[in-house]
Amino acid sequence: MRDFDYSFASSKGDAIAQARHADTMILAGGTELLNWLRIGIAEPGTLVDITRVAGMTGIEPLPDGGVRIGALTKLNDVAEHPQIRDSYPVLSVAILKAASAQIRNLATIGGNPLQRVRCPYFRAEEPTPCNKRVAGSGCAALNGFNEKHAIFGWTNDCVAVHPADPPVALAALDAIYVIEDARGSRRVPARSFHVLPSQDPTAHSVLRHGELITAIEIAAPAPKSAYLKIRERESYEFATVSAAVTLDLDGDIIRSARIALGSVAMRPWRLDETEKRLVGQRLGSPAIQSAVDAGFTDARPLSANAYKIKLARNAALRAIELAARAS
Amino acid sequence: MSDDLKGLSRRDLMRGSALIAAGVATIASPEAAAASAAPNSVPSLRTVRVEVNGVDHALQLEPRVTLLDMLRERLQLTGAKKGCNRGECGACTVLLDGRRVNACLVLGVAVDGRKITTVEGLADGLHLHPVQQAFIDHDAFQCGFCTSGQIMSAVACIAEGHTHSNAEIRGWMSGNICRCSAYPQIAAAVEAAARERA
Repeated sequence: MRDFDYSFASSKGDAIAQARHADTMILAGGTELLNWLRIGIAEPGTLVDITRVAGMTGIEPLPDGGVRIGALTKLNDVAEHPQIRDSYPVLSVAILKAASAQIRNLATIGGNPLQRVRCPYFRAEEPTPCNKRVAGSGCAALNGFNEKHAIFGWTNDCVAVHPADPPVALAALDAIYVIEDARGSRRVPARSFHVLPSQDPTAHSVLRHGELITAIEIAAPAPKSAYLKIRERESYEFATVSAAVTLDLDGDIIRSARIALGSVAMRPWRLDETEKRLVGQRLGSPAIQSAVDAGFTDARPLSANAYKIKLARNAALRAIELAARAS
Repeated sequence: MSDDLKGLSRRDLMRGSALIAAGVATIASPEAAAASAAPNSVPSLRTVRVEVNGVDHALQLEPRVTLLDMLRERLQLTGAKKGCNRGECGACTVLLDGRRVNACLVLGVAVDGRKITTVEGLADGLHLHPVQQAFIDHDAFQCGFCTSGQIMSAVACIAEGHTHSNAEIRGWMSGNICRCSAYPQIAAAVEAAARERA
């Protein structure tokens, strides 16, 4: 591991001022960054530790009934906060099904979306073709091991999926990432924060060097919501597929539904066509299945992951049922 | 045993030979090799003041030294184990200001001014911590490599209150891998220690 300089940021302004420098990276929970340093995915000359910056931790209500979550709030603290548990169960469950208890005590809600892909070629300790690791080097997963890779939105340049759970719930909730840098701030919807390979196969998210996620905002509560995570091990494993659903019901008629799938694309994958067709449908009716199927017309398997299409479709159906039963 | 070895524990002996081996073999260490090849190979030392198991320490550390290496190699507290060294196995679990974390995912310089508890800090003299005793009573280990991490995680799991059912314990203890697969006994030990505390 390359040696680096290290300092604590004294304030949010100080962190933003220091983050501008080339060769500088921000350290929050560290559960990803330390591994990047070990593998050589990142080799910064300076780390700026923002974990002691005041005013970026905690959960506060917004005037319109939503919540604002400080970016440095630990994952476990978000998931176990009474307002998140009661009003946004999809987010609470997505967090608690992510990583381990130890990692969730370190990792922050603002750092979690910055997790990079888990594609074994990206994380390889020896040089392997990967456009996210070395731009222009190709994609070894396209014709290699791709059982866990994308079924939506992939190109020949990258077939990886984004692995994190909380961003899938945040995308279903239409959450907003509040991003600041030396010039000001911007608000990016969670559903478009991550970058598809058709936009840029080398990128993970729209976050630019020098920018910092400072908060995440979620609007109206979504008590009828659920997160279903399918994986090979019952706990402490990345999703093979996951589904986040929020429902607005009138009796057993769907007024509106939002569905985001996880680990199927390089970003949480909203099923727009399905959401449109679910409006006005009765829970449990055959129309639900055909609405979900309509969201999969553009799904495309790789050489070894056709099973994920059926798995994701069934996960979406089950998550709709779970959300309907949520209190 | 020869006279000069009397009074030395097995651990003292191993520590001594490990240090000798380290002295001879620095060139072969990949981290040392990487360091000498790096452009800024002059270490930028920082002072870290930290309380470990109730004892205050002041250390000079390179920023790249993890909390785990700090505990094991600078303070000779080898209870926290280096299993995977990337946050996947839980063998390095310690308490940081009372909360369980993977010591391999924390930088030593980041714990300046904070409190660490390792498995060496649990027992009260010769009296084992109730969780340590429960692990013995339930035969909750085989090879023992993961045990200190399991115990630290269990202490936190019980303090957090995540022990309402066997399934809840299994879920909240899943960050600690046991390759001997003593999971049923581990969960039983945590359940018993939690009951005793209640």
